[in-house]
Amino acid sequence: MSFDVADVRRQFPILSEIIDGRPIHYLDNGASAQTPLAVIDAVRTYETTGRANVLRGVHRLAERATEAYENARIEVAKFLGVQPMEVVFTGGCTAAINLVAYSYGQLLKPGDRILLSELEHHSNIVPWQLLRQRSGIELDMLPVTLDGRIDLTALPRLLTNKTKLVSLAHVSNVTGALLDVRAVVEAANTVSAKVMLDGAQRAPHGPLDLPALGIDFYAFAGHKAYGPNGIGILWARPELLEAMPPFHGGGSMIGRVTLAKTTWAPPPRRFEAGTPPIGPAIGLGAACQWMAALDWSAAHDHEMALVQRLMDGLQGIDGTRLLGPASLQNRYPVVSFMLDGVHPHDVAQTLDSFGVAVRAGHHCAQPLMDRFDLDGTTRASMAPYNDNDDIDALLAGVRHAAKTLR
Amino acid sequence: MSDQLYQERIVALAKAKTGAGKLASPTKSARRDNPLCGDRVTIDVTVDGNGKIAEIAHQVRGCLLCQASASALASVAVGRDVASIVDLRHDAERAIGRESGEAHEPFTAFAPVRDYKSRQECVLLPFEALQDALS
Ligand SMILES: Cc1ncc(COP(=O)(O)O)c(C=O)c1O
Repeated sequence: MSFDVADVRRQFPILSEIIDGRPIHYLDNGASAQTPLAVIDAVRTYETTGRANVLRGVHRLAERATEAYENARIEVAKFLGVQPMEVVFTGGCTAAINLVAYSYGQLLKPGDRILLSELEHHSNIVPWQLLRQRSGIELDMLPVTLDGRIDLTALPRLLTNKTKLVSLAHVSNVTGALLDVRAVVEAANTVSAKVMLDGAQRAPHGPLDLPALGIDFYAFAGHKAYGPNGIGILWARPELLEAMPPFHGGGSMIGRVTLAKTTWAPPPRRFEAGTPPIGPAIGLGAACQWMAALDWSAAHDHEMALVQRLMDGLQGIDGTRLLGPASLQNRYPVVSFMLDGVHPHDVAQTLDSFGVAVRAGHHCAQPLMDRFDLDGTTRASMAPYNDNDDIDALLAGVRHAAKTLR
Repeated sequence: MSDQLYQERIVALAKAKTGAGKLASPTKSARRDNPLCGDRVTIDVTVDGNGKIAEIAHQVRGCLLCQASASALASVAVGRDVASIVDLRHDAERAIGRESGEAHEPFTAFAPVRDYKSRQECVLLPFEALQDALS
């Protein structure tokens, strides 16, 4: 396989749109990625030839819908290197983390500890704070190094016999830093703590082998991984899913309901109460299939070449600073920067006038902004369909902001 | 397009930093945050015996629009009746198209923000902080 960015771009209809007279330079993939025809077609096929509820009907459309839904689970499982019955469809990455915080959280006792880090997205902080309120667990925070990585040298100090779970971003949505998963798992094993990864920013960059990582829980969002909105994935080791009580109650998650007592369905159904987001699940299955067909070694090199081009270009603009690792090692294509004297929102707004979409602000990581005493950053996040033109348009916009706004 | 948003007048107001800083002994102050974008404005005022604003100062941790708005507000607030501050806010709301009618100087500078709904709160934040301080 080889990598042809023009060919990838052709598969994403939105990239050839002209908005307000300009082509789109879409560098906000970390917030939501664009979606390829393969996904749009899969959802359309469901809506036009197989739309029905799942698991409940004997008619043909219901059978088609159920088969497509379960096939999507198989595609997601292949993408993660796990078994389909270990894959739970949720409403998103946030929903998946909340599921663990609630259901796994019910197995914890007051005084048990959960270890997080200062660079987590709010969705990997607040569900645990809510759990702390509900059940008296304690939270510990790994600090962050100057170059925006989780400081794993603090692991021995912060892991205790009370630590039951370590939940960390696989890739930071602000700094792009890749977690050293092996080091975390090894350290966690010494105190028998489980490890959960928030894979929201890693999953969009190619297939995974979760069993080889040695972790226990994995969460990601469909819409950041070229799939539809309203769908996310929780993977957990089967024995953990088996031990966990349900999160939501309703249809489909039961064994037998009587008014006195209800028994639970086995996982993953136990965690999919009610009618699931069927079309989005089918779309995410197609997105996983689409990602699996890409040559990711070449695609990753391409993405990182864009990162290098961006970092080189920013260095040539007076008063820019990076928040994140300066090297390309153990890093993914998320680049946060500051332009001295210009607020990130004004940078992003100027970029918009150059047809460049980026994100500015705290990126739902306020503790990390506090750590660096920042109001926010401007963030460019790349996908395989981005090209040099996108980066050059961004750099032109930053130069313009530097010249006119300070 | 944003080239029109950051017109010279807005940039000039922000750079003028009229009233930027703190007061040594304010009679009132208030801080306002915009949780959406993280902008933060702190306003200090002193009010004289006749109910007029004698001094005003602001600290803005926020974008250019917020800075320009705080600067514009400070440039016209001194000497005004506390009760009439709400009129200035209406003027700003008219300038950005949230209320009908004609706006006055210096708030007319914010007319380009009409087309940028997501940025209008940035302009109003200093007014909210001042109203909080005076309430
Ligand atoms: C690292 C990380 N975790 C979690 C999330 C939450 O994803 P969602 O809002 O799709 O549930 C995001 C998205 O912004 C993210 O970047």
